[in-house]
Amino acid sequence: MTGTTPHMTACAEMQLLIQADLDGELDAAATTVLAAHVRDCPGCAALQADMTALSRNLHDALRPLPAPPHLRALLEAELAPPPVVRLRPRLALPAFTFAAGALAASLLLFAPLSADRGIESELFNGHIRALQAAHLLDVPSTDRHTVKPWFEGKLDFAPNVPDFAAEGFPLIGGRLDVIGGRSVAVLVYRRDKHPINVFVWPATGAKSESAARDGYALRRWSRDGLVFSAVSDLDPADLTAFVRLFETRG
Amino acid sequence: MSKAEFARIALPHLDAAYTLAHWLLRDRAAAEDAVQDAMVRAMSYFASYNGGNARAWLLRIVRNVAYDRLNHPAGRAEQPLDLAAEMADPSPDPEAAYARRQGEARLRAVLATLSPELRECLVLRELEDMSYRDIARITEVPVGTVMSRLFRARQALLTHGRASAAKERLP
Repeated sequence: MTGTTPHMTACAEMQLLIQADLDGELDAAATTVLAAHVRDCPGCAALQADMTALSRNLHDALRPLPAPPHLRALLEAELAPPPVVRLRPRLALPAFTFAAGALAASLLLFAPLSADRGIESELFNGHIRALQAAHLLDVPSTDRHTVKPWFEGKLDFAPNVPDFAAEGFPLIGGRLDVIGGRSVAVLVYRRDKHPINVFVWPATGAKSESAARDGYALRRWSRDGLVFSAVSDLDPADLTAFVRLFETRG
Repeated sequence: MSKAEFARIALPHLDAAYTLAHWLLRDRAAAEDAVQDAMVRAMSYFASYNGGNARAWLLRIVRNVAYDRLNHPAGRAEQPLDLAAEMADPSPDPEAAYARRQGEARLRAVLATLSPELRECLVLRELEDMSYRDIARITEVPVGTVMSRLFRARQALLTHGRASAAKERLP
């Protein structure tokens, strides 16, 4: 990655990394690799300088706009503990809160999420992104009793978090990701040096399936109203063994 | 769930809500209206708030209300923003302050020409200082899409900046 010939423009594959670095989304290791590259590549160095200057200028140009005082006063009055005066009737707390919530929940539950090429591609990308941007783990822990409660309150479902350390697939943690526009749980396991991302979200009627792309394999199965998608660069036979464990003991 | 509890969670993010609505709708009255509607919606969804990032939760609702209005404008034309007029400048040097205000106004004007999808990513990142993951949750797209939208938005601003710098160098 270092020592490339000088470019007039930034290297296409480095652009998002330069940006992620600027946005504080890279870990120390990736930052070091990027810094070494930028030192040797005038095109990438120029892009980095431009983006840094732009970010500083935007910070100055985009000061927050305070909400108009009368709007704040209106909302504060409406939401004050003893609601004396109702200034705008349309701000009243709707009576159908519960019904609307229940409807939204059932829509989510029955939304068709399986067998979708777009989703599949997002799963591969989610796995690759986690490796590149060093965002593999939000909660690094080999203790399932730490990982499982971490998801509580962050998602509208509670995935079980099994550990297969004895079988050679230790749990290394978990994180949140967004797939198909919804927040999903990701359980992360390891086989030797290969991470396995298991994406979990609620859905019914998902078919079991397999797919492969760019050296990564995907296995999908469902159980108890949740659909599981395991993505890894593991040997396919090992991934199948892992999935079998998960299906029987997860 | 109570109104008091909702007020405690939502009201601290009122400025952020108004700012995002303003940047998306580019009109003061429309932004105010959208924030009011968003608050009504937020109250009715409050049962589904799971204790996570309250600002991201509220901004997602504000954003959806604003998009409804962008897609179905209720007879109100989008008006040019004059944000500079709303922002007090703390600088004691009037000339430097003037030059800086000009530069900032130009930047805001270019930002206003971007599509709402690019604009909101940049506002959430640069103004609200949100992580890619929070922006992804608010805008309901994958993190990869957030990264490419942010990059396109910044490229557009940089390209425009270079073009206007070149123009200024001409006699």
